[in-house]
Amino acid sequence: MNYTNLTKIALNALRRNKVRAFLTMLGIIIGVASVIAMLAIGEGSKRSIQDQVSSMGTNMLFVMPGSQERGGVQMGNTSAKSLTLEDIQTIRKECPSIIMVSPEVRGSGQVIFGSENAPTTIYGVDEDYLGIKKISVATGRMFTDREIKSYAKVCLVGKTVIKNIFGSDTYDPIGQTIRFKNIPIKIIGVLSEKGQNTFGQDQDDIIIAPYSTVQKRILAITHIQSILASATSEDKASQAYDEMESALRQSHKLKEGDDNDFTIRSQSELIKTFSSISDVLTILLGAIAGISLLVGGIGIMNIMYVSVTERIREIGLRMSVGGRGKDILMQFLMESVMLSVIGGIIGILLGIGAAKLVGSLMSWPVYIQSKAVILSFVVCTFIGIFFGWYPARKAANLDPIDALRYE
Amino acid sequence: MGKKIIEVRNLRKDFHVGEVTVHALRGINLDIEEGDFVAIMGTSGSGKSTMLNILGCLDKPTSGSYILDGVAMADLNKNQLARLRNQKLGFVFQSYNLLARTTALENVELPLYYNQNIKAKERRELAIHALESVGLADRMHHTPNQLSGGQQQRVAIARSLVNDPVVILADEATGNLDTRTSYEVMSLFQELNEKGKTIVFVTHEPDIARFTKRNIVCRDGHIIREQEVKDFASALAMLAEIPVNNSFE
Ligand SMILES: Nc1ncnc2c1ncn2[C@@H]1O[C@H](COP(=O)(O)OP(=O)(O)OP(=O)(O)O)[C@@H](O)[C@H]1O
Ligand SMILES: [Mg+2]
Repeated sequence: MNYTNLTKIALNALRRNKVRAFLTMLGIIIGVASVIAMLAIGEGSKRSIQDQVSSMGTNMLFVMPGSQERGGVQMGNTSAKSLTLEDIQTIRKECPSIIMVSPEVRGSGQVIFGSENAPTTIYGVDEDYLGIKKISVATGRMFTDREIKSYAKVCLVGKTVIKNIFGSDTYDPIGQTIRFKNIPIKIIGVLSEKGQNTFGQDQDDIIIAPYSTVQKRILAITHIQSILASATSEDKASQAYDEMESALRQSHKLKEGDDNDFTIRSQSELIKTFSSISDVLTILLGAIAGISLLVGGIGIMNIMYVSVTERIREIGLRMSVGGRGKDILMQFLMESVMLSVIGGIIGILLGIGAAKLVGSLMSWPVYIQSKAVILSFVVCTFIGIFFGWYPARKAANLDPIDALRYE
Repeated sequence: MGKKIIEVRNLRKDFHVGEVTVHALRGINLDIEEGDFVAIMGTSGSGKSTMLNILGCLDKPTSGSYILDGVAMADLNKNQLARLRNQKLGFVFQSYNLLARTTALENVELPLYYNQNIKAKERRELAIHALESVGLADRMHHTPNQLSGGQQQRVAIARSLVNDPVVILADEATGNLDTRTSYEVMSLFQELNEKGKTIVFVTHEPDIARFTKRNIVCRDGHIIREQEVKDFASALAMLAEIPVNNSFE
């Protein structure tokens, strides 16, 4: 028997029991559809996170006070204040792989203009900050070194802040004076729009001011809360990391064997963390889908046993006119492979449809990998062979006389 | 005397059912020549079907030798036996054994599907020819449930013919049919035999056996009698004598 004829026989057999065939396929359909949809959703969010993280600059380094090496537990107060402006100087001097570095101090509170007010965060930074964060000035100007040194009460604002306190984000606020924690600050520039980040945070709800101003006039502190730096290039990032670590250890006078009282995070590390989180998620989803495929396969096996039992006389007849065990085996194997592959194809289409639907209804990023589609197809063929094997084997091993006599 | 198609020597067949051993065949010797038309008769349980199954290479004997058209069966494995059935034998069963929901033509084609050497076009032509020779050319595309019992049996006969076998083996082929239809089927067998087909026909009805050339009678696994049929009757002639639908008048 050639494959064309085997396919024809298998399709005829399925057509005779359409409803039964469909119900049997349902397990595979649901399994494959969920595999495809889940992988598309998982892969989509993974890719969008990666895109966004790298759009923030893959050569960015971020220093926080305190050691987070052990389970992320922050140390006491002393270490929370461990970063100082001297550290910035040391980094500037000792780290050739770092091109830009900026301190960062943050204060949350109400920003007030006239009778309007809105909650926001003020960031105290220096001139390098914009370069590190890849933010540009839309209108107006950045503050100068002199303004930093003189604790000047100047700031740049993001679009959301403008909208919240001036009523419209097209309003030109330059020259206006706003109040933050009762300190009047003059707007000298507007930051270009950045939109939401991966975590849904509005990156335009921001005021930036000289770090000195924020330290002295708003927060009344002398330490800094974090350090942002940028490596000269992406592949210098890990070198920059090492340089920064030894510079900070030196600046903090840590002895050999002492733990770091600061934590450095690099952007590429962040990408890795996200990727591994979404990989775990993908594996989890895949495992669930795999179980439903297994259940689908068992359904096929069950129905194939029924199919063989129903057709024992037919098997006897086929054997009596010259069908070999192998021919009978192939006939039933073909039938189970057809069941699972047709189920698989329907499942793939349904899965793609479901992913697209989720994508458009919930504006969730989805990405359908051809890898996943091919894999599903191969897995279905394999399921058909694997779960069809025993019933087909049973058919092939029948004794022709017993089969012909079967009632 | 024609060529020897079947040569059976001291054939035995035992069945083991639990503790009990049934001696179904206890030393059969049988020769059948080309062009012969043999009826195997005997009471129920005398071993007719068992013998026919072995002749048909569906079952293996416990001991003894069987040579079919020059091939010794003892040396063959399962696949070789299947090949032998495919190319040298034709079966007709009591219960027709047609594939349901499959046209007469496709049913007749079935044996040829298992012969790699026959291509689709030839397969179709041979099947049409076989259906013509049983007088069912016009029923080619009908499925078994659209055919009468006699017609179904004729499709089965066409199927047994289609591979041009050296011998056709029929087990109670008229067992499910009424007298008139039985005669029709017998007349078809006679016609085939006249064209040179060798036929071995199991029946327990003497009425049917008289249409064959030679009767062999079994009892308890032995052949107890073998005789030529002297007044070899023509089924066609007998058919003319039976009034149509006599029982309803
Ligand atoms: N598969 C089997 N297992 C056990 N015993 C069997 C088997 N097949 C046949 N027999 C026994 O072998 C003997 C011969 O059986 P067989 O079927 O050949 O009889 P038969 O002459 O064809 O009878 P009938 O006219 O009723 O068809 C019987 O006693 C039967 O019970
Ligand atoms: Mg019998």
